[in-house]
Amino acid sequence: MNATSMTEAPPHSSSSLLESFPLEVVSLAKHFGQIKAVDGISLELRGGECLGLLGPNGAGKSTLIRSIVGRVIPDAGSVSVFGFPANTSEARSALGWVPQELALYPRLTCSENLAAFGRYHGLSGGKLQESIAWCLDWAALADRAGDLAKNLSGGMKRRLNMAAGIIHRPRVVLMDEPTVGVDPQSRHRIFEMIEALRNNGASIIYTTHYMEEAERLCDRVAIIDHGRIIAQGSNEDLVHGVFASRSQVLAHFAGPPEVIEAWVERHAGRLVEGAAECTIENSTLIAGLLDDAARAGLELVDVTLRRPNLESVFLHLTGRELRD
Amino acid sequence: MITPIVRTAIVSLRRDRAALAMSFILPIAFFSIFATIFGGRHDSTPRVNVIVVDEDHSRASINLVRGLQREDSLVVLTRPQSKSKRAEFLPEYTAATAEAAIKAGDAPVALIIPHGFGDHPISFGRDSDPASGSVSIQLLNDSSDMIAPQMVAGLLQKAGMTSMPDVMAEQGMKYTEQFIGGLTPEQRKRMNINLEQMNGYLEKLRQRENQPATAGAASTKADSFTGPVAVQSRAVVGQNKRNPMVSFYAAGVGVMFLLFTASNSAGVLLDEAESGTLDRVLSSHVTMTTLLAGKLTYNTLLAFTQLTVMFLWASSVFKLDLSTHIPGFVVMGLCTAFAVAAFGMLLASICRTRAQLGALSTLLILTMSAVGGSMFPRFLMPEAMQKAGLWTINAWAIDGFTKVFWYDLPVKDLWQQVSVLLAVGIVLFAAARRIARRWEFA
Repeated sequence: MNATSMTEAPPHSSSSLLESFPLEVVSLAKHFGQIKAVDGISLELRGGECLGLLGPNGAGKSTLIRSIVGRVIPDAGSVSVFGFPANTSEARSALGWVPQELALYPRLTCSENLAAFGRYHGLSGGKLQESIAWCLDWAALADRAGDLAKNLSGGMKRRLNMAAGIIHRPRVVLMDEPTVGVDPQSRHRIFEMIEALRNNGASIIYTTHYMEEAERLCDRVAIIDHGRIIAQGSNEDLVHGVFASRSQVLAHFAGPPEVIEAWVERHAGRLVEGAAECTIENSTLIAGLLDDAARAGLELVDVTLRRPNLESVFLHLTGRELRD
Repeated sequence: MITPIVRTAIVSLRRDRAALAMSFILPIAFFSIFATIFGGRHDSTPRVNVIVVDEDHSRASINLVRGLQREDSLVVLTRPQSKSKRAEFLPEYTAATAEAAIKAGDAPVALIIPHGFGDHPISFGRDSDPASGSVSIQLLNDSSDMIAPQMVAGLLQKAGMTSMPDVMAEQGMKYTEQFIGGLTPEQRKRMNINLEQMNGYLEKLRQRENQPATAGAASTKADSFTGPVAVQSRAVVGQNKRNPMVSFYAAGVGVMFLLFTASNSAGVLLDEAESGTLDRVLSSHVTMTTLLAGKLTYNTLLAFTQLTVMFLWASSVFKLDLSTHIPGFVVMGLCTAFAVAAFGMLLASICRTRAQLGALSTLLILTMSAVGGSMFPRFLMPEAMQKAGLWTINAWAIDGFTKVFWYDLPVKDLWQQVSVLLAVGIVLFAAARRIARRWEFA
C-alpha cells in the first residue's frame, strides 16, 4: 500500500462537534407494515474503530445501514455523523457505503466507474484523478483500470464495489457483507484492504455472516436480532458475558433418541445437528457427564471440549431456527 | 413427458403478466384499430374539408354549392373556420385566400366556380371550350392527400347531376340541336311544356331545401367518368416535391422508433434500481430530481440524434429537402425528442420490472403510432379517430414536420405543435418525478 492517508480534516471546528462520535445512532426505529425492522437501536462508532454487526437474515442489519446512509427514513430516533444529521451534505461527504449488491455500471471501465461515483460525490479535476489512482491501488486493480466492470472476476468486482464506496475518502465506512461469494484469496485481499483503511484512520461498520471475519477485523461486535441489539461488546466480553468461564462439550452418542434427549435435558444442554451440546464450569467435570451417558446405556462416538467462541455466542443468543 | 413441459409453460405464462398482455391484449387492440379504420363499421365516415368559392353567384352555381353542402362526406367551407363567436363575420374565401388556405394545410381541396359558369354550366367533357363559351371549375389541391381531390371531383359531378337537372336538360337540348339539327315546332313545344313541369317540381324541392336531405336524394352514385361539369385540377402544394410521402414517413416512422428508443433508454433506471446502483447514487450528493433531469437530457439528445440520422438518410437517399428546412427541423426535432424522452421516463417510473416496461411500452407505442398517424395518414381515419389521434405525441410531431417539409411553413407557424409537445413533455416529466418518489426513500 503506497497510498497516503485517506482521511481529511474534520468538516467543522466546533469543539463540541469534534467530541462527537464519528457515528451515533439513538433509539432508531423503523416499521414496514406490521414488521418492526428496527426496534429502538442505539449505538455509537468510535474513532478508528471497526464495529461488527452480526445477525441472522431479516434481523434488521440492512435497514439499519440504509437508515444511516439516508436511504430509509426512520419512524423514530436519529442518526448523526460527526454531529451532523444523516441526510445533510456534511454527513454524506463523511460517509462511505459499500452495499452488498454489486452496484456498478457494468459497461464502464474500472476507472470510469470510480470517476462517475467520485463526481456524484462532488470530486473533480486533480482531486478526482488522485482519488481514482489511490482507490485502484488500494483495491489492487491498477492494472485492470481500463477493463469493463462486467468483464472482471467476482473478486475483482467486489473490490471495485468497495473502491466505489470510498472514492470520496470518507471517514466513516459502512460495509455490508463485502466478502459474499468470493474465493479465499480475494477474501484475504479484502481483509488487507479493510485493515489498510483502519490504519489510515477510518471508522468502519462491518456487517457479515462470517464469525471468523468479525473475530479478525472487529474491535467490537453488536449482535442484532428482531430489530434490536441483544448483545454488544468486544469478542472476549461477549463470550465471557454469555459463557463466563464455562467450556463447551459436544458429544455424539449412539443409542435411542429419547435416551439422548433425556441426557441433554439432565445437563441443561441442547441437541445441535445430531450432537449433544452442554457447558461445564471445569474441564474435569467431563468425566461425570460421560459416566452418566454410559449408565443410561448410550455409546459414546466422539466428544469435543472447547472454549466458546463468537459463533457459540451468536447461536446461543439467536438460536438455531432458520429465519428465511 | 410432453405434458409436464406444456404444463410448466402454461403456468409460467399465466404468471407473466407482461407476456400475457403481449399475447392477447396487443393483438386485440391492433385488430380493433385496423377494423375501425378500414372495416367500415363506424359511425363517422372520414369527411373531407373542401373550400368553395362561388365567383359566379348564378342560379346554377348557387344550386351546385347547395348540392355540395348536402353531401354527408364533405364539409363545405365558404369562409375560414374560427372558434370565436365572431366567425360568421370573417370574409368569404376568394380564389387567392382559398389557394393560401390550401398551402397552409387548412383543407386539402378548394373549388373555384368562376364568373360565367352559370352561362354554360354543363360541358359534357368539352372543358373550357371557347366555341361553346363554357368555363371550368378550378379544383386546387394538396397533393399529399391523394384521396380527397378524387372524392371531391366525383361528388362535384354528382352534385351537378342532381342539383341542376333543369340546366342539364336545357343544355342537353342545346347540344342536341347543335349536333343533330333543330327541333320541329311540335318537338320544341312539348319540350318547353316538360321543362316548365320540371321547373315547377324543382321549385317545390327548393322550398324544402332547409329540411334535411332525404336518404334517396343522397343515394345517387357518382361515376368516375369525365363528367358533365368541366373541372380543371391544379396541385398548389407539393407540385414540385420529388417524393411526396417521404417527409411523412420520415416523421411518422421516426417518432414511432423514437418512442421505443426512449422507453428502452429510460429503462436503464429500472436496471440501476435492481442492481443497487440507484441506491448508491442517491446516497451521494445526487438527488432524484437531478438524476431524472440528467437522464431526461440524455434521452432527449439521443432521440434528437436518432431523428437527425433518419432525416439525413431520407435526404441523401430519398431526396428529402433537408438543407432548406434546417431551422424547422431543429425546432420540431428537439420538441419531439423532449416529449418522447419524458414519455419514456414516465413509463420507466411506472413499471416495476424491465418485462413490464417492455410489454407496456410496446402496447402503448404501437397503439399511439397507429392512432397518431405513424403507420398511415390520419386523413384516412374516421373523424372520431382523427380527434383521438390528437392525444398522441405522434400526431403533433407529424403535423409539425409536415408543416416544415410539406407546406414549407416558417418556424413561427409551428407554435401550436411546439407548445403542445413542450407541455406534454413537462407534464409527463413531472408525473415521472412524482412516481419516482418510491425509489427515493423507504
